[in-house]
Amino acid sequence: MAGSGNPEPAFCVETVLCAESISKSFDSNKVLDDVSLTVERGELVSIIGPSGCGKSTFLRCLNFLEIPDEGTVTIADDSIRRAGGPWKSSDEALAHRLRAHVGMVFQSFNLFPHRTVLDNVMLAPRVVKHVAPAVIEAEARELLAKVGLEAAALRYPATLSGGQQQRAAIARALAMRPDVMLYDEPTSALDPRVAEEVLEVMRALDREGMTQIVVTHDLRFARAASDRIVFMDGGQIIEIGDPDEMCDNPRDPRTRRFLGASV
Amino acid sequence: MKALVLRALALAMVGLFLQGAAALAQEPESPPVQPVASPASATVLKWGADGTSNVPYTFHDPSDENRMSGFEYDIMEEIGRRLGRESQFVQNDWDGLIPGLQRNFYEMVICGIEMTPEHMDAVDFSQPYYMTSERIVVRRDQAGLDSYERLGGHVIGTVKDTLAERMMGERHDITVRGYDEESNMFADLRNKRLDAILIDGPIALFYGEADPDFRIVGPPVGHLSYGIAFAKGANIELRHQVDAALKAMVADGTLHRILARWNLWTPEMAAWTGDYSEPGVAPTEWQRYIAATMPTQGWRARLKRYVSFLPLIGKGAVMTLAVSACAMVLAVGLGLVLALARRYGPTWVAMLATFYIEIVRGTPLLIQILFIFYGLPGLGIRLSPFVAGVIGLGLNYAAYEAENYRAGLQSVARGQMEAATALNMTHTQALRYVVVPQAFRVVVPVMTNDFISLLKDSSLVSIITLTELSQTYVRLSSTYFDYFGTGLMVGGAYLLLGLPFVRLARMAERRLAVSERRSGAHH
Repeated sequence: MAGSGNPEPAFCVETVLCAESISKSFDSNKVLDDVSLTVERGELVSIIGPSGCGKSTFLRCLNFLEIPDEGTVTIADDSIRRAGGPWKSSDEALAHRLRAHVGMVFQSFNLFPHRTVLDNVMLAPRVVKHVAPAVIEAEARELLAKVGLEAAALRYPATLSGGQQQRAAIARALAMRPDVMLYDEPTSALDPRVAEEVLEVMRALDREGMTQIVVTHDLRFARAASDRIVFMDGGQIIEIGDPDEMCDNPRDPRTRRFLGASV
Repeated sequence: MKALVLRALALAMVGLFLQGAAALAQEPESPPVQPVASPASATVLKWGADGTSNVPYTFHDPSDENRMSGFEYDIMEEIGRRLGRESQFVQNDWDGLIPGLQRNFYEMVICGIEMTPEHMDAVDFSQPYYMTSERIVVRRDQAGLDSYERLGGHVIGTVKDTLAERMMGERHDITVRGYDEESNMFADLRNKRLDAILIDGPIALFYGEADPDFRIVGPPVGHLSYGIAFAKGANIELRHQVDAALKAMVADGTLHRILARWNLWTPEMAAWTGDYSEPGVAPTEWQRYIAATMPTQGWRARLKRYVSFLPLIGKGAVMTLAVSACAMVLAVGLGLVLALARRYGPTWVAMLATFYIEIVRGTPLLIQILFIFYGLPGLGIRLSPFVAGVIGLGLNYAAYEAENYRAGLQSVARGQMEAATALNMTHTQALRYVVVPQAFRVVVPVMTNDFISLLKDSSLVSIITLTELSQTYVRLSSTYFDYFGTGLMVGGAYLLLGLPFVRLARMAERRLAVSERRSGAHH
């Protein structure tokens, strides 16, 4: 965990995200029950599990789109500890600092339909970080080139295919220079051929050393691309492991049942 | 002339209520609402009258609509001279005249107010400045209705709350029609809805005798006096000064000469003043009026007259557009604040916004405008007619725009707010850059339609003395007795104003439909 004290040599792994004992209930329904996860810099971690297992909620708790009832989230040097009670404006200020380290990609893209692709990418750096427009635009065009959308910079989201929209959404999140990227079922709304474009962008980011956490149903991608797979069920993490090992030899019967049904 | 007491009552009540509230809120050092001026200190003598549809009392000169004219106007000019003060006419709607007196918009009202016991309960009068009688007016070709007795069995028109109405009310053989506007009444006589009119001498002369289609018949009926009205119990010193001036004007023949110029000297005036002389003054104002309003012959002359209306209608249109546009800007801005307060504000703010919207939508716009213009001065807030009109319309439409925005905000997907939050925008930034612009796009077509409604509703501000299109119509049509031609022109002006916005609304709707179809195809 970053800032945990003992100075390590440079080649040693560095913890970039640490979630400890996250619990969350909607009304009386406990969606997350004491979930903890640590992610090292440069890792690609896939979270899998049946529908309603709490994996999306867990992901959304990491950047406080969903506010956990209890638990601590630490990303880079910023940390928020929750122990019940109301969400105060001081908490919101902490969340603001924490979100600066995190980019997020949604299943339904959520591009801003009234702005061009380029404007979508430039908006947040401009209004949140107040970076000079010329600098922002150069960076934004670079990011669009990276996701293969330089030609679509001045088009509106509604005129793009789903795959193009999702790639634009990734560029938009990257523009804030996050330490961690979160993906909430990024390809579930796409047909497989188009989904591949998106997955390819994620693989490329992985090669560059981006830390990524992906909630996904795509087990093939999870196995092939991930460093680790997290299996969740019933609001808990059941098993964390090496992709091949987990897929070939799941330890827990629930994991076995899920993988058996899915593959 | 006209129903003074009853129709002013509602306004007066609003005013009194606020005055009471103001008195309660008053700080000890600030004295209760004072009359405008002690006469000695002020140099401008402000007097109120309804200058629309009010020939020959005080009215816009038909040959030059920017100039005021009328025998009462001339009398007030003379009184101003004699008091050493500059006389200044203040336009006000008839129903607002007495409340305006109580609100100190002016110091006195001169508007053909009959000195009846009922009126004396509501205001203090000067000595009479004019005496006359009721006269019968018929269509020129009509015979047999040439005395008060012979009106029996017929439909007779008059203006509400006149001596004529009270007299005929006691005769069960006459069907009486009471009017608010003289010009409507004479239009009905022309259209044969009425058999005859019994009305105050000056009106009979200028609306009846001046028109080739009508004539005055039979002997005078009854006797009536006009007085200048002052707020009850206030301004006694000024009232005495005015009385003295009037007395002097009678004594030196000035009043006689003024009335003679208007062809309005009456046997009643002669009997009252004892002045049976012939002043040797030609009825120049009367002749000027006849010449200016003479029915035009042939389409060429008629067209020429209509063309001469264009600058006035243009001015009215500019005023209508200005009031509407300013009000819309206010409505669009305030509406957004209300909608955001309701949706995103703390509970008590949201409740306050809801309360406002319900109040505004649940009360008539007319009352709101009157309240702002006549009621608020009771709290020390005096607004010009333009500002009051803009605020009245703007505050009203803001409530409707708030509802539009609410629909618009609801139509913006929740994921938009989440995406903005995930990009580390604050709540305010997310609203400003992401949510509100999208809501706005949904709302624009509806808003454009609302603006067209606002253009039309802006006609209501004519009651607080703004001369916009509707008021221009009333003024022109009642001066020239031409409701048809001027009506078409003014209607056309409204259409021309609204048309660009109708097209804009269509365009916006079409664009929205296209972008929705496009985004729909990929989702």
